[in-house]
Amino acid sequence: MTLGTRFLRTVTAFGALALAAIVLAPLVGSTSISLRRVFDFSIPFGDNADAQIFFVARLPRTLAGAWVGACLAAAGVVFQGLLRNPLATPFTLGVSAGAALGAMLAITFDWALTAFGISAVPAASFAGSVAAVAIVYALAQARHRGLSTNVLLLAGVTLNAFLSAMILFVQYFADFADTYRTLRWLMGDLDVSSYEPLLASLPLGVLAFGAFAWLARPLNLLSLGPDSAESRGLNVAVAQRAAFFSASLATGAAVSVGGPIGFVGIVIPHLVRLLVGPDHRLVLPAAALFGGAFLVGCDLLARTLLAPVELPVGIITALIGGPFFLWLLIRNR
Amino acid sequence: MVADKKPLIALTLMLMLCGAAAQSPNHQITKSPNRIISVIPAATEILFAIGAGPQVVGVGSFDTFPPEVSKLPKVGALLDPDVERILSLKPDLVLIYASQTDLKQQLQRAGIASYEYTHAGLADVTSTIRALGDVTGHDGHARDVAASLERGLAEIRTRVKNRSKPRTLLVFGHERAALRGIYASGGIGFLDDMLAIAGGINVFADVKQQAVQASTEQIIARRPEAILEIRASNSALPPADQAAETHVWDALGSLPAVRRHRVMFLVDDRLVIPGPRVAEGTRLMAQALHPEAFR
Repeated sequence: MTLGTRFLRTVTAFGALALAAIVLAPLVGSTSISLRRVFDFSIPFGDNADAQIFFVARLPRTLAGAWVGACLAAAGVVFQGLLRNPLATPFTLGVSAGAALGAMLAITFDWALTAFGISAVPAASFAGSVAAVAIVYALAQARHRGLSTNVLLLAGVTLNAFLSAMILFVQYFADFADTYRTLRWLMGDLDVSSYEPLLASLPLGVLAFGAFAWLARPLNLLSLGPDSAESRGLNVAVAQRAAFFSASLATGAAVSVGGPIGFVGIVIPHLVRLLVGPDHRLVLPAAALFGGAFLVGCDLLARTLLAPVELPVGIITALIGGPFFLWLLIRNR
Repeated sequence: MVADKKPLIALTLMLMLCGAAAQSPNHQITKSPNRIISVIPAATEILFAIGAGPQVVGVGSFDTFPPEVSKLPKVGALLDPDVERILSLKPDLVLIYASQTDLKQQLQRAGIASYEYTHAGLADVTSTIRALGDVTGHDGHARDVAASLERGLAEIRTRVKNRSKPRTLLVFGHERAALRGIYASGGIGFLDDMLAIAGGINVFADVKQQAVQASTEQIIARRPEAILEIRASNSALPPADQAAETHVWDALGSLPAVRRHRVMFLVDDRLVIPGPRVAEGTRLMAQALHPEAFR
């Protein structure tokens, strides 16, 4: 089978899964709505509660799940390829801790700024992730001319720990309600209730995915080791930088929409590799599509399992992802 | 990661978020203690209201009322009680939250009596007032305070009795400038009790939690006719920002509360501290929901 056919088959299969999730998920929720009323456009939208539930509560939320899941899963694939470490996640290099610190500051000090139609907390969390990425990059850059993945990893892990300490420091000044809200933010929440956060993060994500499309082949070469990749004509330094920045961008965009939702970025890449093999040209699109479907499904569980109250979606991804990942570990021995 | 202790802290905070007071059996309290420390805003207010103020030698870091407390040493609060400071003040009674088990043990080892609070409904406020009266030797005064609080609540009840009761969403926080992370009162706790007395029907009455993270879907489906946003005064907003915050609800145009312009901001400590002033807080709620009953 040629790569072309395999690519087509993979994208079709995982695309169908993602599409099914996106179409079916808004039909289910913690309340029952009449679909006929939802699409009855003779009722003014302001009076139509069913339509509001569908278009204001469920649809943006489903799209947010698909978008965040796709970003995190694809970013996970790229980080694992870049660091040549199967345990790497989108959050390994400090992006999530930077984002969390930003969100914490915005919540605690009640920042009210809005930028590009997004409110203070997502904006601050994105700024935090950008700052963390910049610091890690500067550190990894300083000691070597190219990017040292070892330094990258060490800098990322250390920055994660440092920023977590900073979060506790800021928390000391927060009152109970703020602390609680921050903790809740850390568990992830896709109830965006408007399309604006999605639209705001879309350009960044599209940019990242454009880079991912180009990165598939370089990542395949990088998996042989930087030296072999270089000898096969890859400009390793450029590929590493592109991978680092695009994956960080996708992660930052995802976190600004849904908070640092765990496990998507590590479980999905591994599962997809199991299904389609190690070729990044197949793994990347498959992981993005499957990640989207997976997170839409998890969010569906989060909003219906304990209805009328909700579970944080990060708890669902952890409950499914944690045991599954352990199973993968045992199975591979 | 910061994740390790999350569920535990979250649980404690969930209990905390509304902080009401009820008493539990307490041991080794001496006859009328005269060096009392309270780390709980509501308990501090009670002590001063019943005339035990002169016996108070230390208060919690969040305590601001009555104004006299600003002159007293601050000894931390729920999550960060300063044990050394507490011991150095040589108290003979310390009022603590029931969840502060470490502090309780430390006090026990030092041979200092403690009085434990748990968080519950409005009825516990008056029973705590009476109990603290007995403990501090101001039982007569405490009975008067409790009775006047009950009279205050009864008066509000009478005023709104024959009014139609709006289905109300009682919000105590959401993300700035966005309808995300909305926390509302569930069907238990003193805020729910206050809302009932003030003549509102809690739209989340069936959820037996003090704090509910309300999803957009649930809010639209429950069709609140009034939305009360309450805040402690330390998180007061400038009037312009406050107006902007009420307008974030415009995104949910199908809500009767939004269409009838019944989204209201109430910023007052009396709404969030379940102490002797809780009837005044309840009155603020009632005035917002039934302005015509208070003309």
